[in-house]
Amino acid sequence: MYNFNYHRAGSVEEAVQLLSGASEGTLMGGGMTLIPVLKQRLANPSDVVDIGGISALSGVSEDGGKVVVGATTTHAAVASDATVQAKIPALAVLAESIGDAQVRNRGTIGGSIANNDPAADYPAALVGLGATIRTNTREIAADDFFTGLFETALGDNEIITAVAFPVPDKAGYAKFPNPASRYAVVGVMASQGPAGTRVAVTGAGPCVFRAADMEAALSSNFSAEALSGISVSADDLNSDIHASAEYRAHLVGVMARRAVAAAG
Amino acid sequence: MPTVSMTVNGQPAAGEVEGRTLLVEFLREHLRLTGTHVGCDTSQCGACVVHVNGKSVKSCTMLAAQADGAEVTTIEGLATNGELHPMQAAFKEHHGLQCGFCTPGMVMSAVDLLNTNANPSEREIREWLEGNICRCTGYNNIVKAIQAAAGQTGG
Amino acid sequence: MTEGTGIGARVRRTEDNRFLTGKGRYTDDINRIGQAYACFLRSPHAHAKIDGIDTGAAKNAPGVIAVLTGDDVAADGLGGIPCGFSPTGTQAPQNAPPRPALVQGKACFVGDLVAMVIADNLNQAKDAVELIQVDYQELPANVDPAKATDPSTPRIHEAAENNLVAEWGIGDKEAADQAFAQAHHVTKLDLINNRQIPNAMEPRCSIGEHDEANESYTLYTTSQNPHVTRLLLAAFVMQIPEHKLRVVSPDVGGGFGSKIPHYPEEALVTWSAKKVGRPVKWTADRSESFLSDTHGRDHVTRAELALDENGKFLALRVHTAASLGAYLSTFGALSTTYLYGTVLSGPYVIPAIHCGVTIVFTNTAPIDAERGAGRPEATYLVERLVENAAREMGIDRADIRRRNFIPADAFPYQTPVVLAYDSGNYDPILDMALKSADYAGFEARSADAKSRGKLRGIGFSTYIEACGIAPSNVAGAIGAGIGLYESAEIRFAVTGAVSVHTGSHSHGQGHETTFAQIVVDRLGVPFDNVEIVHGDTARVQWGHGTYGSRSLAVGGSAIAVACDKAIAKGKKVAAHLLEASAADIEFKDGNFTVSGTDKSKSFGEIIGAAMVPHNFPLDEMEPGLDQRAFYDPKNFTFPAGCHICEVEIDPDTGRVAVVNWTAVDDFGKIVNPMIVEGQIHGGIAHGIGQALLENCVYDPETGQLVTGSYMDYCMPRADDLPNFNLGFTETLCPHNPLGVKGCGEAGAIAAPPALINAVTDAIGVDIDMPATPEKVWRALQSRAQAAE
Repeated sequence: MYNFNYHRAGSVEEAVQLLSGASEGTLMGGGMTLIPVLKQRLANPSDVVDIGGISALSGVSEDGGKVVVGATTTHAAVASDATVQAKIPALAVLAESIGDAQVRNRGTIGGSIANNDPAADYPAALVGLGATIRTNTREIAADDFFTGLFETALGDNEIITAVAFPVPDKAGYAKFPNPASRYAVVGVMASQGPAGTRVAVTGAGPCVFRAADMEAALSSNFSAEALSGISVSADDLNSDIHASAEYRAHLVGVMARRAVAAAG
Repeated sequence: MPTVSMTVNGQPAAGEVEGRTLLVEFLREHLRLTGTHVGCDTSQCGACVVHVNGKSVKSCTMLAAQADGAEVTTIEGLATNGELHPMQAAFKEHHGLQCGFCTPGMVMSAVDLLNTNANPSEREIREWLEGNICRCTGYNNIVKAIQAAAGQTGG
Repeated sequence: MTEGTGIGARVRRTEDNRFLTGKGRYTDDINRIGQAYACFLRSPHAHAKIDGIDTGAAKNAPGVIAVLTGDDVAADGLGGIPCGFSPTGTQAPQNAPPRPALVQGKACFVGDLVAMVIADNLNQAKDAVELIQVDYQELPANVDPAKATDPSTPRIHEAAENNLVAEWGIGDKEAADQAFAQAHHVTKLDLINNRQIPNAMEPRCSIGEHDEANESYTLYTTSQNPHVTRLLLAAFVMQIPEHKLRVVSPDVGGGFGSKIPHYPEEALVTWSAKKVGRPVKWTADRSESFLSDTHGRDHVTRAELALDENGKFLALRVHTAASLGAYLSTFGALSTTYLYGTVLSGPYVIPAIHCGVTIVFTNTAPIDAERGAGRPEATYLVERLVENAAREMGIDRADIRRRNFIPADAFPYQTPVVLAYDSGNYDPILDMALKSADYAGFEARSADAKSRGKLRGIGFSTYIEACGIAPSNVAGAIGAGIGLYESAEIRFAVTGAVSVHTGSHSHGQGHETTFAQIVVDRLGVPFDNVEIVHGDTARVQWGHGTYGSRSLAVGGSAIAVACDKAIAKGKKVAAHLLEASAADIEFKDGNFTVSGTDKSKSFGEIIGAAMVPHNFPLDEMEPGLDQRAFYDPKNFTFPAGCHICEVEIDPDTGRVAVVNWTAVDDFGKIVNPMIVEGQIHGGIAHGIGQALLENCVYDPETGQLVTGSYMDYCMPRADDLPNFNLGFTETLCPHNPLGVKGCGEAGAIAAPPALINAVTDAIGVDIDMPATPEKVWRALQSRAQAAE
């Protein structure tokens, strides 16, 4: 690791201030993504601003019919939260499937989505449930937030404060994990509710995407059978030693059917 | 250099560290608590698991500075008055360790499991251990030890 | 269950208290006063000429003490890292190009050592490594053993034309060809035995230290065999007398073969400690371990089995292309020659066998022993052929094995591939396994799985292994540079304490417990009075270390012999004290008794009399009772077993779940059943890893290691594995004093074919290891297409 100045921010305002004052500052939530990157010397920030201790950013609440998850809420906290379990059990299932127990104890929803790893689970949740990302300056629809491989709509010094999830009528998540890293080779969140009918796929492509054909089929008949015969094209999908694009395309169909089946 | 202070195994501990100093480095190099091990550099093997404020974390993926003010428990702090913690005793009784290198992290992770879920199923135990890699035991006896520590018969 | 602490008892381990409380002492836990830290620059290219190395900026970086390259190594006359094995049975002597500790002019694999930085702290060393400028001229690389000898493949070493290490053969080709010509049925198989990385959880670590006063060195290092490391480092690399080098391997966090070899990093920290006048410490991070630990397996094989109309085996023909990586490691071609070809007879009567191995260099990390070392590769091909032959001929997989087992009354049995099996009784093993696995109930379980949309398969593996390595004359005859006996020394203290100094090394095997049980059993002394000392050349007279399931059969036997020598002397001491003839003294349960009387002395009393010889026949005997023994095994030992695996496959994803595992093994006498069970569990997991999850992948074009971390190299985890159902039979080894055979490698040998046989049973087509989801899914697709 290259050395850097470490700061613990007490508030979002302080964090913004620290970031603006740094020549090359970076935010840290739980550090589950950032620290491994730093350890490999793949990044060389001058300053690391730790927002993990800002208590206002942590926790789950209900707000106008939405389930609002604070940016620094850990995966473990989301998975075990009574509101999440009652209102959006698929989100609890997804959070419980991230990493391992120790990663879930430290990793945060804000950190995960700001990084936008193509194999991360949360992007599927946000897009698949039609969530809204709240930042210190604005609100961004999930459909507009994830813009590409490790790319998001976040601007300079913009800090995610929370994610607001509409409560779906039905939602299910199914994941085929990479046997080594346990990241998603393919993960599919399927839902129906106030945000419409949604099928969001993570792991398969360079960035989370919605499967339009599947959504169309499900909108009139939200059942696994409705998806039979529908697949996605392998053309733009990832290919690596664990899964070819063709296999990923096949898995999208399998996981989508399982996600719908899990949605009940 | 910034100073960090925390409580480690019930004792106050402080030191000057660089921003980049990892919690595991602080424990091993500054405090000479070498029971916490480093087995990988991608946050997967779990040899470095300790408890921070009562939750299991990977101390190789946490800065020492992030633990400033925290309560940290390492494998050295688990036994009390020379008496093995029930999880340690169960690992010994059921031969849940061989070379011993993954063991501290494995035990710390298992203790957190039972704190979180007092009566886990075999499947839940195996899934919880996803973040702890052991090359020696095939996990068979680790699972048995955890079942025994949970007071489950047949463990 | 045997009570107490002697042989047969489930004694809880002595070493566990320190491991469980964080008090274990691994090499990286050691810090020497004034130590500096080393970091290596490793080649980023698989094959590259080096036209120059500019170390100027690095040398001037903060905290840097020294930056060393191949030129420094050459200037100091440091010898190359030696290979200790040169196989006989080759067409020509093996090609053994030199391996300098730091490369000189050329890098031959990704991770090859280019330069060494020594600094006050580790971060400074890492920072400075980035400042070294190397002028690489990239060359085309080859990572495929099957392509290594192609004339179009780039040559790696001047000293190895066609990248050939050697062409090796064993058996009778003519007899095999003749049998194939007359065969009723021939089963053929092309297979890849996938490259695996041993992955001991403790990364390698070495600390070198130089004592100017005595002009001597100490090396703390993560080794399975510190004496062998001392020999190689002192005699060949440093060229100093062995007594000028002490090698200490304290608690070692697993080896699995990867800590057998003497590595260049060990030589470099030792050599540089004198140059910089400070202890030098190097600890691998896991990424370095992936690149630079020795790997295992990596065979490309064509195998054929000839059978008569009754399913009796007539002959076996095998040809393998086997990679040894870019350089010869310590045991070089041993795993690909005599630990491979000699076990191709398995537990069967196979009248004619021939095996040829084309041993080659590739632009990859060196290959050496990994748990099983050659025997897993041999067992894999034999057991897959047997199971395929059974399917092709419509014979039950248990029956075909029974028809071909070496009969119990045929031992000792001379195979056509050198080995003479000393003992074995295979039918009862198979019987017990069939019952324990409920083989009869498989069809019902398969139907149940089908109703749940799953494909269920069952596979067997009946293996033998040759372990307890090795009779020294055999080792010499096949090309080893050392004997393979083991030493033990037993020392007594006045108060009755017993210290046993063994040349075996424990890195998870529990020797501190098992070996003490032997002493308790032999001498009748209390368990807590016995201390086992290992892992330090200054405390142990000599040793060959631990690998090849040899510790108990060879090291344990040496301890038994040392104990017996102490008993023999003790009888003379007792005879004197009890005023009887030594011939009349019986030793039993820890007491020396005059035959037919109640006159008796305990072992503790004899120790006291010998150590404080106030009443002692000093004119006839030396005082003291200490003994040393060197035990050379008369033969290998031949454990055998049957493993039965059941899998369920999700046809939608191709994912294989191992749902049942039954293992019945014959290890001869078992000293500590608890520890033996643990060894089997771990071995099976290692084998399941190879068959299902683990695959070391180098990019075929660039030679980059694709699976360079646990993100891509899939280690078996708790949720990948089932509980294991174990059983044991006992056929004593007739030629060692304990009747033991060794158990550390058996699981890794037996497991892969059992698992793949189960997968091929479920999906109906052949598949190579590892049976990854995509591979299985594709196999199912191709079968479905073929059926259309």
